Amino acid sequence: MNTIQEMAVSPVDEPVEERRGIMRWLTSTNHKEIGTLYLIFSFAMFLVGGSMALCIRAELFRPGLQFLRPELFNQLTTMHGLIMVFGAVMPAFVGFANWQLPMMIGASDMAFPRLNNFGFWLLPPAAILLMGSFFAPGGATAAGWTLYAPLSVQMGPGMDMAIFAIHLLGISSIVGAINIATTILHRRAPGMTLMKMPMFVWTWLVTAFLLVAVMPVFASAVTMLLTDRHFGTHFFNAAGGGDPVLFQHIFWFFGHPEVYILILPAFGIISEVIPTFSRKPLFGYRSMVLATCAIGVLAFLVWGHHMFTVGFGVGPELFFMYATMLVAVPTGVKLFNWIGTMWQGSLTFEAPMLFAVGFILVFLVGGVTGVVLAVAAVDVQLQDTYYVVAHFHYTMVAGSLFSLFAATYFWLPKWTGRMYDETLARWHFGLSIVFFNMTFFVMFFLGLAGMPRRIPDYPLQFADFNMIASIGAAGFGFSQLLFLYVVVKCVRRGTQASGRVWEGAVGLEWTLPSPAPKHSFEIPPVIK
Amino acid sequence: MSIATRQRRVFLILIAVAASMFGFGYVLPPLYARVCQLTGFNQLQSADSVSGSARPDADRTVLMQFDSNLRDGLPWNFRATQATAPVHPGQLVQVSYEVSNNSDHAISGQAIASYAPAGAAAYVRKLECFCFSIQTFAAHEVRQMPVIFLIDSSLPRDVSTVTLSYTFFEVPGRQAPAKENTT
Amino acid sequence: MIRKAPHLLAIAALVSFCRLTRAQSGANFQPPKTQIAHQIYDLHFFVQAICVGICVVIFAVLLYAIARFRKSSRRTAMQFTGYKPVEIAWVIVPVLILLVIAIPATHAVFAMKDTSNSDITVKITGYQWQWRYDYLQEDIGFYSALSTPRAQIENREAKEENYLLEVDHPLVVPVGKKIRILVTANDVIHSWFVPAFGVKQDAIPGFIRDAWFRVDEPGVYRGQCAELCGKEHGFMPIVVNAVSEREFSAWIADQHAAKQIAAQGADAAGAKTYSLEELKSGGEKIYTHNCIACHQPNGQGLPPAFPALANGKTATGPVAGTIHIVMNGSSKNPAMAAWKGQLSDLELASVITFVRNSFGNSAGDLVEPKDIATARQNP
Repeated sequence: MNTIQEMAVSPVDEPVEERRGIMRWLTSTNHKEIGTLYLIFSFAMFLVGGSMALCIRAELFRPGLQFLRPELFNQLTTMHGLIMVFGAVMPAFVGFANWQLPMMIGASDMAFPRLNNFGFWLLPPAAILLMGSFFAPGGATAAGWTLYAPLSVQMGPGMDMAIFAIHLLGISSIVGAINIATTILHRRAPGMTLMKMPMFVWTWLVTAFLLVAVMPVFASAVTMLLTDRHFGTHFFNAAGGGDPVLFQHIFWFFGHPEVYILILPAFGIISEVIPTFSRKPLFGYRSMVLATCAIGVLAFLVWGHHMFTVGFGVGPELFFMYATMLVAVPTGVKLFNWIGTMWQGSLTFEAPMLFAVGFILVFLVGGVTGVVLAVAAVDVQLQDTYYVVAHFHYTMVAGSLFSLFAATYFWLPKWTGRMYDETLARWHFGLSIVFFNMTFFVMFFLGLAGMPRRIPDYPLQFADFNMIASIGAAGFGFSQLLFLYVVVKCVRRGTQASGRVWEGAVGLEWTLPSPAPKHSFEIPPVIK
Repeated sequence: MSIATRQRRVFLILIAVAASMFGFGYVLPPLYARVCQLTGFNQLQSADSVSGSARPDADRTVLMQFDSNLRDGLPWNFRATQATAPVHPGQLVQVSYEVSNNSDHAISGQAIASYAPAGAAAYVRKLECFCFSIQTFAAHEVRQMPVIFLIDSSLPRDVSTVTLSYTFFEVPGRQAPAKENTT
Repeated sequence: MIRKAPHLLAIAALVSFCRLTRAQSGANFQPPKTQIAHQIYDLHFFVQAICVGICVVIFAVLLYAIARFRKSSRRTAMQFTGYKPVEIAWVIVPVLILLVIAIPATHAVFAMKDTSNSDITVKITGYQWQWRYDYLQEDIGFYSALSTPRAQIENREAKEENYLLEVDHPLVVPVGKKIRILVTANDVIHSWFVPAFGVKQDAIPGFIRDAWFRVDEPGVYRGQCAELCGKEHGFMPIVVNAVSEREFSAWIADQHAAKQIAAQGADAAGAKTYSLEELKSGGEKIYTHNCIACHQPNGQGLPPAFPALANGKTATGPVAGTIHIVMNGSSKNPAMAAWKGQLSDLELASVITFVRNSFGNSAGDLVEPKDIATARQNP
């Protein structure tokens, strides 16, 4: 049996003189510092990806081509997707994992601190490759973030740069996930059984397994693309006995679990915030854990619903339809559990709670429209239209992004020892939720009316809703600068925060002082 | 077992999982080809065996349609010599496709077959077909190539029309082995 | 007034919902014109009503909780963490709802996939960036490309009613007949989508995939390509003209006749001699219709993806090189299509002559239809 002695003095915690300046950040193996690096990187990528979205919406403000050539428009839509998914949302969740997981389980740091450093520092070169691809001959790849062959085989060198960036991003995610899984499995404080872990830890455990399982499949898909492009293979070329649809199968076998990777940590965050501001324990902890695992398993069975118009036979079409509809059940359980937590609680609505409740409202819309899309016959009308764009922005922006805002406001006082400006943060919420809905709700109508995706110009009947969406997008985009201001103001001159910070806060991290010391839980607490 | 050992074990297991999933990605193409074969979705590249009882089912007629496609750039004319043929399941049928090479040099190509409805592929048993191998055509050569097939009588009853469509792709720099040329 | 506000809000919401769900509203599916489209329309209405109902109920519960359980009304929190009956209910009830949806959903899939017993077969091929329609039983085929003038797209002229939804040669089908379509592609994946028919079928290069529709009433129906296929993905619409059987037969006869005349015309054109001016002026029209999207009105192109024709190497070099690339496309740059299949000898000769003698190029030579005919024989 392990003694506290053994755990307290782990080999990687030998005292090291504190480095300063750039070297401090380049060589840090501290989970808090690396968490900060991930979050700063991800917010920078969020602004880059967001600027691309604003360019896209500016072009779509009115019918006709005003600012962008069609090929540049396609490059922007592609890179907006790749940067937001792989550069903004995923690193942000890893950043929160880094900061919070060790504190929440009473560990001194992640299981593999040097691997942690390596995992982060793969990201800036990947980002440079990705953004640099705009300057390659022919520009960045314009095949959509889904990179379907044979269009992606046709693309210029920007596609190859993107493939290498994807490999780097993938390795970063995989080693990060291995680190997270190992930390959760073997660095929990004594007495913290799996069923006593906070939900954020549980959701990250399942997410980590998904990452390890599917990121390599994406890697093999883009490698096959690379060899089809340059080395004479014909995986996706009918001429050589291949099949373009094979790419879609491989891609979505990765791609669908990927979207659960993007949302499960968000679910975990919401499961931390709502009990705190309801001053009540999470309702249905056990079923939350089961639902999370169920979603993790079902994630592997539904990839075909992205391919309903490819020409499946009746059998596969029905199978994917039924399996996809089934995902609504564990997702619903989670939603109901959050409401059950609020029920008969004692609620206050500081910014984290505002974003959490906002999350529930808008994620519900995203979720039910997912059920609509699951109905294969209806999907035939909606596939590749703006209905799908609206659906995934509701789940990923209102879902993942709002949860990231909630998490920032929730934990920033713990990290910095300073409170953020509550009034400004509430303004951030109000502006975000209003402009978000203005931008994306009308896209459901556009999709129903038949407007396809990824077009820089459109027939006149789509003009009014496009104008509304573009105005909303501008509002939503610029509101995020307010978030930046709130965070910077908090870090520099926020008022002192207490150790507990929130009246209803429960969990190991809240037993630490604010700001949390650089090395916390060097001696693990004992959990009863 | 110490924590460090346990952690190393999990690390190695997960690295192995990641590596196998990368390999799994590469297993998917042959797996996909196999599943397509079994479900009859994509064409079979070799001659089928025909089961003993080949009495044509005279009560049932299936309309076969013959379609042809050329990838742009191939300086050939490629067409079926007959657009349709009514066929009884179990009956041996021969149709021909004609290729004329309009260029002044030899070109090789491979025909890929595709069926509609896609599931019908499993029931179209081809005994001889130019799609089994790469075909080389000399400059200005015009050649008729047969397809000999029969429709298995277990073709589902609700299928009354089957379209057989070939797309010819150029295979640069490859010559067909002389003995496999079908003439 | 304040107390009535929730009721007024609810009524306003209901009215907006009803107006938005009308098919003409631009916020719902386009009016369905085939049996499948009707099935999809009704199925969607059913599923959407359930979803809206679920949202309304959950929103109400949530808003109630927010209003009722605030700390500011001096609440202390209960500490329960579960309640088995409710937890079981909210697993069972969603499963039942999904079963109820699954039944008509399954019927619709079977109906959609049943291409048997069709009357007419049309092969539809997606190209970068237009469609081709082939009536297999009639040996008629033609290309169908966007006919909206570039000037409208570039905001130099006012946009007309069917902006981006009009083509030069629509697909013509008879009403009331089961049309089976075989969809394929020549280069990358496209998708043939006509919302009023409830049909969307991906066009996969190298494979045919079938789908079907039967149009209820005559009319002109419009759709767009629904799979990203390159820069002009938004500019390759679909127009289907559904006409009576009699009109359809007459149209088929017309097509056969036109084919004859075109063949004769090509022969005649081959025999005739043309002047430089004749070829250039004809070529300019063809250039404007087919080439300016990439090579631009002034021939400057958008290098490196779309080379400049003004002082371009191929455009000012040996004439055989220009003929070869226009007819056969570029092996290095797949965006340059092979035009020999789409343009006649006269059209090819005209546009090549135009390009070689415009934009500051002064090759001085002219290419005649008979040169193109020779090139077809000896590529």
